[in-house]
Amino acid sequence: MTRIDQTFAKLKAEGRGGLVTFITAGDPDYDTSLSLLKGLPGAGADIVELGMPFSDPMADGPAIQASSLRALKAGQTMKKTLAMVRDFRTENTSTPIVLMGYYNPIYVYGVDRFVTDASEAGVDGLIIVDMPPEEDEELRPVTAERALNFIRLATPTTDERRLPAVLANTSGFVYYVSIAGITGTAAPDVSSVGAHVARIKAHTDLPIAIGFGVKTPEQVRDLAALAEGVVVGSALVATIGSTLDENERATAETKPKLLGLVEYLSEPLRRRAEAPAI
Amino acid sequence: MSTMTDALNTYRSGPDDHGHFGLFGGRYVAETLMPLILDLEQAYNEAKSDPAFQAELDSLNTHYSGRPSPLYFAERLTEHFAGAKIYFKRDELNHTGSHKINNCLGQIQLAKRMGKTRIIAETGAGQHGVAVATVAARFGLPCEIYMGATDIERQKPNVFRMRLLGAKVNPVTSGSGTLKDAMNDALRDWVANVHDTFYIIGTVAGPHPYPAMVRDFQSVIGKETREQMMEREGRLPDTLVACIGGGSNAMGLFHAFLDDRSVKIYGVEAGGHGLDVPNGHAASMTGGEPGVLHGNRTYLLQDDDGQILEGHSISAGLDYPGVGPEHSWLKDSGRVTYVAVTDKEALAAFQLCTKLEGIIPALEPSHALAHVQKIAPQLSKDNLLVMNMCGRGDKDIFAVAEHLSMEM
Ligand SMILES: Cc1ncc(COP(=O)(O)O)c(C=O)c1O
Repeated sequence: MTRIDQTFAKLKAEGRGGLVTFITAGDPDYDTSLSLLKGLPGAGADIVELGMPFSDPMADGPAIQASSLRALKAGQTMKKTLAMVRDFRTENTSTPIVLMGYYNPIYVYGVDRFVTDASEAGVDGLIIVDMPPEEDEELRPVTAERALNFIRLATPTTDERRLPAVLANTSGFVYYVSIAGITGTAAPDVSSVGAHVARIKAHTDLPIAIGFGVKTPEQVRDLAALAEGVVVGSALVATIGSTLDENERATAETKPKLLGLVEYLSEPLRRRAEAPAI
Repeated sequence: MSTMTDALNTYRSGPDDHGHFGLFGGRYVAETLMPLILDLEQAYNEAKSDPAFQAELDSLNTHYSGRPSPLYFAERLTEHFAGAKIYFKRDELNHTGSHKINNCLGQIQLAKRMGKTRIIAETGAGQHGVAVATVAARFGLPCEIYMGATDIERQKPNVFRMRLLGAKVNPVTSGSGTLKDAMNDALRDWVANVHDTFYIIGTVAGPHPYPAMVRDFQSVIGKETREQMMEREGRLPDTLVACIGGGSNAMGLFHAFLDDRSVKIYGVEAGGHGLDVPNGHAASMTGGEPGVLHGNRTYLLQDDDGQILEGHSISAGLDYPGVGPEHSWLKDSGRVTYVAVTDKEALAAFQLCTKLEGIIPALEPSHALAHVQKIAPQLSKDNLLVMNMCGRGDKDIFAVAEHLSMEM
């Protein structure tokens, strides 16, 4: 059982969906980002997705693009991202960390070396946005050797023909992309997401986390009713962005605002867990 | 494991079924795009074997674009260099002024066939954007072009042309506002509009099937060159030279000759301020490392953390940090020799060609000519050299005036 498996088992026992929070490693700088990362579980994050910044985030909208560029400008590197996870693990051994990003920085770091270093740092899973099943053979089997979960994405365009192949080698959970689009733009339509998630559930017992475009506690509540987890990303990094000074440096507001938003978004999930069983 | 060359003893059979040229190529795209890319591949394969599709394309090439383009003996440059016999393949005479139309006519036909109702594209120099806007107008489809804000500044005439043709030009401000950023935004548009939108990629890059498809549409250049040279000289050329941005005009010229081992082939990258100037050039193969960007693995300009560099070239059309994956494979296999020339050398070649041949070349093929200038004097007088004159320089006169400190 990986930390991700354990977390979903625990969520199931508690009878609630999980909140998956995305921030970009190194945004707006290493120290602030580490401090935000450490604060996320206490604010209500059940799983943390940590973005590996990339110069050309093709599947991301303006908020995550900006956060990625802020991190790079502040000197973030793959080494530092792994160091951040290592530091987080000195205090927290239960919250899963999933690294999310694009393949090139991993390829250049070296696949074997990356998987070894990530696993030793305490990373639990990977989501590689630009690596569809057709291309992941050069990375996925290596992650399996080190018991890292390889989390694939299913989207509204993943049709019945593809779905079994997409799900076949997914582990940890399935990330359902709730809109055909880039991150942080359109709001997901709950009824159509429901139909797609039901379609996926017919093919797999893996937990499903729904993400892209989630901004409000109401959306978190509604989507959590359909799946095992809800991912919030752009709304969080946009909030980080909104607290920075004119030189894009962190201010006294950065941490309380971000963690406040995470608390606010996670509230419906906690309320659901505390409510007496009907 | 056998390579493509061993298997068939040919350089012309790539890519394999998964879109790989050896280590390079592939389909590194978001899952949202994957089903669409598979559909596109299927539609293209069907179209390719449909004689009606080819006949329609041939007809458009002939009557709309003006093909075949002439193979012109550049007599005065030949005298000037006092070596190889220089021919220009005159693709700058095509409708819209560059080779880009060859690919656009093919892709718009495919878009129609697939029932797509909206066209998007990226552009750098604006030549591809103009060609896309042209075919979109001709076939009555709405069209949006993504163009870096920096490029919009340095290629104003083309921006105006696109607008006249009815295209919406979307300025891209992310990154450094050049071609790679325009491609990112076009891909983002596509992901959000997969149901009705056809993305006309302008070079032999992007995810499979684009590199192969764009090459096929461009390979009319090499096929014509072969026939024309046989007619003029009774034999194949000895030397081919073409500039490389993404590499489409070069693949178009080279492909028909890859298995003729007697033909020496040179691809000329943009050396900008010089290969030794960090981030000062756009020579992905002669000054970069393999990586994954825009859907394929290929040589890229990048730092040692895998972040993509912006690069630099005097020519907006060559200012791209990647290159088509087939070129990367041809480089590693040694079949094609890739070199770089600097901004200065290209600018000098631009002026030389204008003065000696009365042809104002685009800055892109001026790079090819600068390399011709280096090798031609060393070649014998019976060495038949073909350079792809892939674009005319009208779009560049403002930039050139600035570089030469000339008043317009
Ligand atoms: C005239 C001309 N040549 C060459 C290029 C570079 O593209 P490619 O290498 O795909 O031919 C461009 C691109 O804009 C161009 O306009």
